[in-house]
Order: sequence, then C-alpha cells, then structure tokens
Amino acid sequence: MNRGHRHGAGSGCLGTMEVKSKFGAEFRRFSLERSKPGRFEEFYGLLQHVHKIPNVDVLVGYADVHGDLLPINNDDNYHKAVSTANPLLRIFIQKKEEADYSAFGTDTLIKKKNVLTNVLRPDNHRKKPHIVISMPQDFRPVSSIIDVDILPETHRRVRLYKYGTEKPLGFYIRDGSSVRVTPHGLEKVPGIFISRLVPGGLAQSTGLLAVNDEVLEVNGIEVSGKSLDQVTDMMIANSRNLIITVRPANQRNNVVRNSRASGSSGQSTDNSLLGCPQPMEPSFEPEDEDSDEDDVVIEDNGVPQQIPKAVPEAESLESLTQIELSFESGQNGLIPSRGLSLAPTAGGTDSEFETRAPDQKLLEEDGTIITL
Amino acid sequence: MRRFLRPGHDPARERLKRDLFQFNKTVEHGFPHQPSAGYSPSLHILAIGTRSGAVKLYGAPGVEFMGLHRENNAVMQIHFLPGQCQLVTLLDDNSLHLWSLKVKGGVSELQEDGSFTLRGPPGAAPSATQITVALPHSSRELLYLGTESGNVFVVQLPGFRTLEDQTISSDAVLQRLPEEARHRRVFEMVEALQEHPQDPNQVLIGYSRGLVVIWDLQGSRVLCHFLSSQQLENVSWQRDGRLIVTCHSDGSHCQWPVSSETQQPEPLRTSMPYGPFPCKAITKIFWLTTRQGLPFTIFQGGMPRASYGDRHCISVVHNGQQTAFDFTSRVIDFTVLAEADPAAGRRVSGELIGSLDNPYALVVLAEEELVVIDLQTAGWPPVQPPYLASLHCSAITCSHHVSNIPLKLWERIIAAGGRQNAHFSTMEWPINGGTSLAPPPPQRDLLLTGHEDGTVRFWDASGVCLRLLYKLSTARVFLTDTDPSENLNAQGEDEWPPLRKVGSFDPYSDDPRLGIQKIFLCKYSGYLAVAGTAGQVLVLELNDEAAEHAVEQVEADLLQDQEGYRWKGHERLAARPGPVYFEPGFQPFVLVQCQPPAVVTSLALHSEWRLVAFGTSHGFGLFDHQQRRQVFVKCTLHPSDQLALEGPLSRVKSLKKSLRQSFRRMRRSRASSRKRRPAGPPGEMQAASTKPERTGLQNMELAPVQRKIEARSAEDSFTGFVRTLYFADTYLRDSSRHCPSLWAGTNGGTVYAFALRVPPAERRTDEPVRAEQAKEIQLMHRAPVVGILVLDGHSVPLPEPLEVAHDLSKSPDMQGSHQLLVVSEEQFKVFTLPKVSAKLKLKLTALEGSRVRRVGVAHFSSCRAEDHGEHHLAVLTNLGDIQVVSLPLLKPQVRYSCIRREDVSGIASCVFTKYGQGFYLISPSEFERFSLSTKWLVEPRCLVESAKMKSHSCPSNGNGPGFEKALGPTRNSGSQSDGEEKKPGPVMEHALLNDERVLKEIQSTLEGDRGSYGNWRSHRMAVGCNLSSGGAE
Repeated sequence: MNRGHRHGAGSGCLGTMEVKSKFGAEFRRFSLERSKPGRFEEFYGLLQHVHKIPNVDVLVGYADVHGDLLPINNDDNYHKAVSTANPLLRIFIQKKEEADYSAFGTDTLIKKKNVLTNVLRPDNHRKKPHIVISMPQDFRPVSSIIDVDILPETHRRVRLYKYGTEKPLGFYIRDGSSVRVTPHGLEKVPGIFISRLVPGGLAQSTGLLAVNDEVLEVNGIEVSGKSLDQVTDMMIANSRNLIITVRPANQRNNVVRNSRASGSSGQSTDNSLLGCPQPMEPSFEPEDEDSDEDDVVIEDNGVPQQIPKAVPEAESLESLTQIELSFESGQNGLIPSRGLSLAPTAGGTDSEFETRAPDQKLLEEDGTIITL
Repeated sequence: MRRFLRPGHDPARERLKRDLFQFNKTVEHGFPHQPSAGYSPSLHILAIGTRSGAVKLYGAPGVEFMGLHRENNAVMQIHFLPGQCQLVTLLDDNSLHLWSLKVKGGVSELQEDGSFTLRGPPGAAPSATQITVALPHSSRELLYLGTESGNVFVVQLPGFRTLEDQTISSDAVLQRLPEEARHRRVFEMVEALQEHPQDPNQVLIGYSRGLVVIWDLQGSRVLCHFLSSQQLENVSWQRDGRLIVTCHSDGSHCQWPVSSETQQPEPLRTSMPYGPFPCKAITKIFWLTTRQGLPFTIFQGGMPRASYGDRHCISVVHNGQQTAFDFTSRVIDFTVLAEADPAAGRRVSGELIGSLDNPYALVVLAEEELVVIDLQTAGWPPVQPPYLASLHCSAITCSHHVSNIPLKLWERIIAAGGRQNAHFSTMEWPINGGTSLAPPPPQRDLLLTGHEDGTVRFWDASGVCLRLLYKLSTARVFLTDTDPSENLNAQGEDEWPPLRKVGSFDPYSDDPRLGIQKIFLCKYSGYLAVAGTAGQVLVLELNDEAAEHAVEQVEADLLQDQEGYRWKGHERLAARPGPVYFEPGFQPFVLVQCQPPAVVTSLALHSEWRLVAFGTSHGFGLFDHQQRRQVFVKCTLHPSDQLALEGPLSRVKSLKKSLRQSFRRMRRSRASSRKRRPAGPPGEMQAASTKPERTGLQNMELAPVQRKIEARSAEDSFTGFVRTLYFADTYLRDSSRHCPSLWAGTNGGTVYAFALRVPPAERRTDEPVRAEQAKEIQLMHRAPVVGILVLDGHSVPLPEPLEVAHDLSKSPDMQGSHQLLVVSEEQFKVFTLPKVSAKLKLKLTALEGSRVRRVGVAHFSSCRAEDHGEHHLAVLTNLGDIQVVSLPLLKPQVRYSCIRREDVSGIASCVFTKYGQGFYLISPSEFERFSLSTKWLVEPRCLVESAKMKSHSCPSNGNGPGFEKALGPTRNSGSQSDGEEKKPGPVMEHALLNDERVLKEIQSTLEGDRGSYGNWRSHRMAVGCNLSSGGAE
C-alpha cells in the first residue's frame, strides 16, 4: 500500500486520478483508475485499508466542484465523485459514531470555515433536525414495484415487506365492481378494491397503493372469483411478504414500459416472480422465500432457534406446483458458521442481503486497481 | 378440483384417485327440522314434509328417502293417493305436486311427476282458489280440493286437469239445502272433505261455520246436512258410515247419526271433554271402532283455556280410561294406525273386519319429535322409534365418532342401554312398509353426541338408521339446582286433566355449565373421558353392574405460575359429596376440575398409559388416572390476553352490547336520513359541515363491508387457547430412543412437546409418571394449530393406543425416522423428528384464502383392488369445502364443496370417521352423513315390491278382487339417490339453509337471543290450523 502511495504521488497520467483522503488529522494520498473506479464497497475497503482503520464504521464524504461536502455511500454517488473530480478527489472520513451530519450539504465546506461559531454555540445546530444520509445497510426495503417488465402498463405489482410488528400494514379492502372488456363487450364484474389506508401505516407510507385501486392478484394468485373474506385471509397469510398486483385507480403515474428506472427504494426489479410468464395467470412460487416462515423451536435447553429446513428428498421434487419445497438457503442470517458468501438462489431477499455483505468483503477480492 | 388437474400429471395416479375417492351425501339422520306437515296413510309409510320443501318418506327401518321441491316452499299437506305409490303435496304457495316412487335398477326413487296451481276464474279473489283441504278420491283419478271460498274443485290426476263441470260450488250446495238451513251464513271455507268409507259416490263437506253436508257426486245433490252451532274444526266418519263425529273450536265434539231420510237438527250427543270452563279448539278427532265394541276417541287439543291452554295435548279416551298425552313441542299432525285397511272396508262391507278399526298405534308428529304410542298394551306405553331420533332433545354441543367398535364393548353398551329403555313398549315398530336391501353394515360404528344438559348419547351409526343405544348423564356427579321431585310432577290419581308427559325432547337445560364439550372414548379398554363447559373433566369406566361410590376429585390449577389474574367467568360446578349411585354403564371415578373453570377446549385419552390430557383457554394438564395423580400443568397464557382471563361471559356481554350499539346507530342514522330528506340534496356541502356527525353515520351506513389487512401479531387474544392434544410414542429427544410424548397446539400457533416417562406395567402403580418439556415450536404465521400427528418410518400415522395390542393394526415402524405433521388453520407442515427441521408444507390459506376448520386422518381403500389402501387427511375448510390431502407429501387430491359457507354451525359440527365418512349438522336436529370413500358408503337401498306380489303377502285384503285393492297396501320404499351421480336435477342438498328465516334463527340461537323466534312461530301456527284429517282412515 505504501507502494501505491508513493507512486501515486507523482503520477499525472491520463487514466488515473489522485485521491487525497483525510481522516482526523491524517492524510493519505493514492490514485484510482478513472475509467474503472470499481464499486463503492471496494473503495470503502480501500479507504479503511489505507488509513489502517479496519472494522471502524466511517462516513465518507468528498468535496465537489462547488466546494460542498457530499456523502459517498453508494455506487452512484461514488461514480459521480470520481467522474467530477478535477483533478484531485478530496475525501473526508469521519467515524460514524462521531459523525457530524450537519457537515454535509450545500455550502457546508464554506460554512465550515466559520468553525468558531460552532464551537462557541454547540447547541445551535443541534436544534435543527438534520436529514441523516446513512449507509445502504442502514436501509431496508419496505416496498418495491416489481415485475414491471412483464406486467401490462396499467397494472402495478407492489411488494410490501413487513418487519416485526412495529408498523401495521394498514389498509382495508372491500367488494366492488369493475368494468372489463370481454368478447361480449363491456361487462361489469365483481372485484376487490382497496377501500382505506390507515394513516401512518406501511401501505400509505409507500405511496404505491391508493384507495380504489383494484386488487387483481395476491402473491401470484388471482383474486377473481374469491370472496372478500378469502382474499382477506390470503393477504393476512402472506402478510410477511405481501405481493399484490393492483390496477391503480390513478393511471397517470404508471411506469413506462421498458424503463427500469422506477424504484422508489432503489430496487427496480425483483426476480422472485419471473416464473410466471403471463401476468394474469396464477403463478406459483416454487421457492417462495419465507423469511417469515422460519418457525422457532425451543429445545429442552431453552434456547430459541430457528427451525432449519430439511434437505428435500428426491421424491418430493415431483410434487405439485403448489407445494413449495423448502430449499435450503443461507438467507437467514442467524446461521453464522456458513457465513454469507453463498445465497445461491435468485430471490428477492438475496438483494436484500447483498447489501449487508460488504462489511466482510476483502480488498483483494477484485476490482479496484491501485496504481502506484 | 380442476385447478389440481394440470397437464403432466401421472395418469395412473389420477385413475387411482378415482378408485379411492368419491363424494356422496348419503343419508340424513335425526328428526327433520321444522316439519310442516306429516301424514301417514295406512300404507305403512310415513311422510313428513319440512318447511324447506323436502318430503321424507319412512317405512321399515332402513327404508327411507327424500325428495326436494324445487321451490323450497314449506310443505303444508301430504296425501297419498289411495293404493298407489303416489302422493300429492301442497306447498304454502298453493301449488300441488305429484310425486311417485319409481323402480330403477332394483331400487325405487322418489320423483316429482308434475305440479299444478289451481286457477280461479279471471278476477276472482285469491282466496277463491286457496286450498284448505285436499281429498284424493279412491277412484285414484280425482282429487277434490276444498278452498277458502267454500268451493270444492275437482282435478284429474295424474295430468292435473281441472274438471270445471264437476266443481261443487258453494252456491250449488246452498240451492240444494232446505230453506231453514239456508238462512244462516253458512258458507265459509271448507274445513273438512271426506269420502264415504264405503260408498265412493258420497263425499262429506264440512264448512267452517258449522255446516256439514253429505254430497252425492252422481246426482249432484245434498243427501244430508248437519248444522252445528259452533265453528267446525274437523270431522271423523265412522267406518260403517252411519255416524259422524265433528269437533269444534269451543273444545266440544258432537256425534251425528247419518240417515238420508230424517234430517237431524240436533246432535245425538255433545260432549266437552275438558269443560265446563272455556276450552281451546279440538282441531282433529278420530272415532274408531273396536272389536270389544267400545270406541276409541282420540282428539287433539280441547284443553281448558285458562290453565292448560299452552299445552300440546292429544287425548285418548277408551273404555273409561282417558289420558292426555302432553307433548313438549307443538303437535303438527297425528294419525292412528288401525288394523282394517280403509280401502278394504268399503268393498267387503258385509264382513266384520272391514267395519272395525281396531286401532293399535297412535303416531304423533310433534314439532321436534315423532312419538308412537302403543294402544294395545295396557297403559299405552310409547314405542321406541328406530329412526327419526330427536338428536336435539337437548342441544348438541359436540360429537365424537368411533369406528369399528369391538363386539364386546358393543354388547356391553347395548346391555347398559337396554336397561334404560324398559319403559318402552315391546311392540314391533308399526311403520314397516318396504324392505331395505342395503347390505348389513360392514362394521359397528358409534357416534357420541354431547349435550347441553350434561348427557352423552351413544348412537349406533353403523347403518342408515341412527339408533340410540345408551344415554349417559354426568349431571349426577354435580349438585345442580334441579329438584329431582319436580320430574315426578305429582302423578296423582285425581289429577284432571289426566296429563302424561311423553317424548324425549327437553331443550331446557338446568345449568349450562353441565354442557359437554369434548368426548374421547377408547374402544378397546372402555375408558371414556368427558369434559364440559365449567372446566370439568370426568374419566369413566364401563361397569356392567350398578355401583355406588364416591368420585375422586382433583383440582388442576392452570394458572399456577401466573399471579394477579382474576377469573370473571362462571364458577365451577359443585361436586356432590359422598358416594353417588350409578346405574350400569359408564361410571365416573375421577373428576379433574380445571381452575379457572373455563371451557375445556381439547381432550385426549391414552388408555394404555392410563393418562388423560385436557386443555382450556389457560393451559393444559396431564392426569394419571391410574394413580389418580396430576402429572403436570402448563400455563399457555399470554400476559396480554385479556379475554382469556375474563372468561367467556364478559365476552358474550360485550358482543351483545356492541350489537345493541350498532342497531341503535343504524336506527339513529335512518332517522336522521329521513329527517334530512326535505332539507335538501344529501350531498350538500353546508349540511355536511353543520352536521358532521350525522353525515359520518350516514357514510358508515352506506360504506360497503371492509376487511382490515393486518398481520397477525403475538398480542392477539386467545393465543393460549389449547386447540389440540395428542399422545405419541416417538423420537422426541434423540433418534436412538423413542418415548411416550404429549403434544399440545394452541390458538397462537405454538406447539409444546413433553417427553413422558411412564413406568413399566409392573411398577405402574408405584412409580410416578414424569414429564419434562422437550420442545416448543412457534409457527411464525401464528395461526391456530388444529391438528398434530406423528407419522412413522413408513409415513403411516401412528396407531391408536391398544390397537396393536389387539392385533388390529400393524405395529408402527420404529426403525425409520418419524415425522411430525402440524396442521394449522392456514398451513400443513411436516417436520422431521427428533431434530425439528421443516421438510414440507402446504400453504392453504395463502393460496386460496380458505382455512382449515376440521382435519382427520382417514383410511381410503380402493373400490377395485381389495388390498390397496392409503392414509390421507380429510380436511374441512371454512368455505365448507371438503378436501383430501395426501400423506406424507401433502398433495391436494380432491376437493368437493359440501356445506354452504354461511352455515357456520354445520361447519363447526363436522366430524370425520376413520374410513372417510363424516357427519355434520344440517339443522339443530339432523346430521347429514357424507362419504369421501368409494368403498364405505352407508345409504338407503330399498326394494319396491310389485303390487301383485304384495297382494298375496297381505292377508287383510286377500279376498279383495279388485286390482285397486291389491294395490292398496303396497308398501312403498325407496332409496335416496346419492347426490351427484344418479340425480342430475336438484342436488340432494338440504334446502333448509336456503331459508332466510332458518338462518336467522340459527344466528339468534348462536347469539343466545331467542326473541326472534316469534315471527316464524306465529306463522306456523297458522299453518297448523290448516292441516286437515282429510285423508284419515
């Protein structure tokens, strides 16, 4: 690393870019390949490495062209930082626990010159709540729009993630009728509609569901022909991982087809339902991931454990589509011995868990070229 | 079922499925709910119509079948056509329906041939054609219909062609009356219509104002007339035609001699049996001659209005004896079975046998039961009915089915029951038409029903007839408010009227806490466990001798480790101290009293280990009934479970309160909307802003039904409610050693497993049974656990205790690994044992929104291959669907819709048998029996004997030359076709629940509110008045 440090100092060649990183009172200088900056996680690891602060959670910021201190906490803003650095990329690192979030934002670096006021009146800025821009692993998805590529534009498939019981799902459904185009012309058919959103509930906070949206499917199963009580029971049974397909009452906010830029939460697609070729066909998820389904067993030693899934036998493979086999997967984070390196199935939760992975990734793994 | 048939399936499996499964509703057991008309001709077949439009025919035991009117209207009257396998029904929409029994493939079926509605001339009032009485004429071609207008219409059968020229209009009758009879307004509705017992050309017409005429059909003239001063109710014509007995609304009956020459201005004799104070009407009367010469007078009603006006009585007077049989429910209709055949008497008028009735049995159809009284035996004892049992003589609270009872136990139960039935007559069942062709039942099955009054009734459920074998009462163990002397009711000699209670229907429970909630019978050892509403668990043993002993009492404190809870529900029942006398049969020896005394919600008995497990909404316990020692208790309460703590009573109250509130709100909102109407358009902004509350209420009224979508949380109430208990000998701790275990599942999705150590037999009485909690599984979907089952190494469910010891089952495979099946309301899950890991699951609710209500393991044998059989789960969902889910792979096999989803009580009452059959209540008094198996079908199959064959076998009219006479005693029999295959028309589904009123009534009983009965009760009172004895023999 010292090697890189030394060599980088004098280099000014086209492909590389000088990085000056400040942590506390210490500076480190190194260089990056401008065209191949790698991923944020790798850069983060590199910073920890060059500052010799492994296992210290830090916040990374950089000074942009306007002199504002902006955070780097994902691939997007990392690439932005690399591409706009001219000629030098100035990095500021703060320990997370001591982080001064107010430092970020417009004019922050300029303001920061007026350190004295801050020192003299430390309470001053604490009174104002600041928006915390935190690391991706601090987020968890609460909702997503999925299967945009396979659904008609008039439909929306929304996935609600339920964690614990802190926030209610918070919506009501009712019976109603909708008009359908059939071979016999327009026909009124009974349907299920969202009738109310509970203020402060999960459904309302996502902004993806609205009153009078017609519910078409619940976790891949069509609701047509089912009673209100049946649909209610289906939704409650799937409440930990609820995927509902709706026809929004307001059709103006529809996602434009073939554009993957949709996600309010950064997950534009979710492959968990790729198994269904036609959106209107009932689709079953053979490997319906059940983060919710990890029943707990307390053996006589009194320690609660999640119940592992038994390895499926060969005979069970021939079973019907409705029967979900419980595949072994590393998705539940409570089995430490296996680590998190696997996650072989392409399921929705994997992306969820990938975001946790970077802490343990090693620098050597790949990617970033350290120029000397 | 369609959705499970997907391309790429194994065709062999599909074929096998067809051999294994089929769905049939086979037979209805019990007493028809709300019979609206009953009528028995002397054809030895009894017909009962119900308010929901069903017609049921009953003959000899096993001969029964049913038809259903498409209209689902109440059946008002049923008349058999004389000497034919045909009957005519009158519905409350004034339509007539002709039914006949047709032979198909060796068995007969009841079919509707046609229907007809009487049309009056255009512009006539509807009452002109409102039928009050019907008389099928002995010519078998004509049907006389008396109407409210006083006209008698004639209709030709079987085509229902109105013969207008033969109509006997009231005007025509009036014109032919002598002058002095004409001055009174005699023409009201026709109350009675009878054919002359011997001369088919004479018909008697009785009008409600008191005029009775005998009409000559050929000459269209009045032969005689009789004028009574009182309103006419009914008429009986003596067999020789020389005497008429009329009964009247003032409680009197009169005798009129018939002679065409002299007109009789005054009755020969008038008597008012229960006078002199005002009496209620006598609505029907029979005057029957006997060999001894003294007639039988049998009449309904006539009781003193003030003191006994509310009784439902039928009085029998004969030879100085008089008894008023007092029924606990309203009398719908009654008839008398007489030796002489009515058809025979006419043609052979010279013979003695034709002119005497010699009645031998009185058949009474009351609203809630059928009572037959032996008139030949002194004292007139009742006859025990082989069918139409009054299942609901006290409300059914639970049921339990035990298949394949060992002969020994069967005989002991019958012997115990025989002693209880000593008061019944020894007479053969008199209604014995038809012959049952059904094969003898393949095995002996018991259905046990628990009742609100603390009794358990043992029914023979092997065949078509559900027969009461034995009745066990647990009330004796407890001190209750009932005064035993009250039952005697002071049967003094000088008592007048001479009332005598008959029938078993007694819906009034002394103490609701006595109600039976769970029953568990071990068929091998004769041990029975019974648990009730007030937390009482009784362990009983079958004893062939009467005994007097004290019942040991043990208290199980299920709140042991919880402090500060107060039970606000009912108190425990006080046990009777000291020795108690028990009659032969099941005798209790231990009473385990749960504290708090909440309803026992689950019960399991292991007769081999001598253990009984019980659970309530607070927890569960294990009791060693060998050593009479409690092994352990476990509290399953969640600290926030408020409802469980307060008990059920407060819950009911809150429900009532909320109902009341919502009604009030509705009324208020209606009132306000009415008030608002003149004020302006309802959507007006100003009004809305000034009366925000009012609009809010209005919106609420308009808003459609909404359902909240919320994940189930751990804080839901009643999570501690123990839903299921299960004993298993399995690998609970390690895979090398199996041990006895007890499993419990709660409403909150928790499964507890306790390892038990049961001492070997030689030290069983000395060493204590030990238990230790080994596992606790929390299902994350938190749905109530409704079933737990352990599968052995071959994935076969573990056998019942003692089954192996009796060589009735293969011993379970203890080599391979065992699996645990947990059935919650939402999912089926298979776990491995002893290390609990999830292996397979079927998410029922997540896929189709239905929930499991009942689950049972059933053995299905193939109808083709004798030796092929499979164990599967029979499942009933909240939608009323019955499904078969395979073991151990949890594949849905078949699905049939069985019960209407709105029929909550039907779904709740369902029990499965071990061989793929099941029972559920279609009304408070009837079980529907269904079968999922191709092999085990219990359904009536009866042969219809041809008319000619029959004429030889019946001596009573052997000398009758006419063909019609030969037809006379034809015994009709029939088979109920099974729902789907044989009958393409209306499915044999009971129409009862299509009736809104019935649904409401069921609801109201569920809510404990009996107020809404009034409506249909009063409606039916009107119905009852219209019943006539028109076809009485």
